[in-house]
Amino acid sequence: MTQELQARDKMAVAPEAEQTRPHPVFVPAVDIYESEDSLTLLADMPGVTKDGLNIDLKDNTLTIRGEVQAATDEGKTVLYREYQEGDYFRQFTLSNVIDQSKITATLKHGVLTLVLPKVEKAKPRQIEIKAE
Amino acid sequence: MAIIRWTPGSFGLRGPWSELERLRSQIEGLFDSLTGAVERRGLTGAGVFPLINLSEDAENLYLTAELPGVSAEALEMSIEGENLTLRGERKIPEADKNVNYHRREREAGFFRRVISLPVRVNAEKVQATTKNGILQVTLPKAAEAKPRQIAIKSE
Repeated sequence: MTQELQARDKMAVAPEAEQTRPHPVFVPAVDIYESEDSLTLLADMPGVTKDGLNIDLKDNTLTIRGEVQAATDEGKTVLYREYQEGDYFRQFTLSNVIDQSKITATLKHGVLTLVLPKVEKAKPRQIEIKAE
Repeated sequence: MAIIRWTPGSFGLRGPWSELERLRSQIEGLFDSLTGAVERRGLTGAGVFPLINLSEDAENLYLTAELPGVSAEALEMSIEGENLTLRGERKIPEADKNVNYHRREREAGFFRRVISLPVRVNAEKVQATTKNGILQVTLPKAAEAKPRQIAIKSE
């Protein structure tokens, strides 16, 4: 039976480097699961477009950063604000098992799907034996 | 005698529990600063999913909500009088069997929220779009709700 969704406040985080302009940064909720041949990461990042998404893999550290264009409130009076808009940032340490050249990322409805395939195991090589 | 709901501090500014409350929040603050960069705020607003931001100008009301993973088809919106009802379901596609979850932070489920609008709106002209997981609704105010200048004659 499906349950009712609970509202959650977004957790703010201080990203790695200080920002030049103060702008809230939040931690996106992620699901990570591992199958036999890949690792899949799903992150909720509403408001992030393809251009604002930055995925970086360096020294086995995966950094995900999504920029959100805050809607302008010019000329509008804010009546009620329950959530803040801000960028999303999260970092993970990956093990050596990931084949970094084959990582794929898709962004749909504000959800990022990152598939990280594992390195192919070395296939056994047949060695030919010539008889003389 | 009327029954008064008891809350900390209902005995006056300094109820019997206020000192404990203060101590507790101080210790909590201490722990938060020890564990590092996470800022934590209490649940604000109605605490019902989805959280919304509402703003207005002279012509329209604007409502935005964050609904990641919810497509326009899974969302239902209706207006009755001054109440806007938002209903839908957030589904998370099942992963294949034989997967091992390392983290599971996202939630799926249904949601329903009724929002009481501050002014009457023209239900025929409401426009709603979802883009990148954000719902944006523009509700034009009903003609009688728009501010009108009243000419003052001096005699």
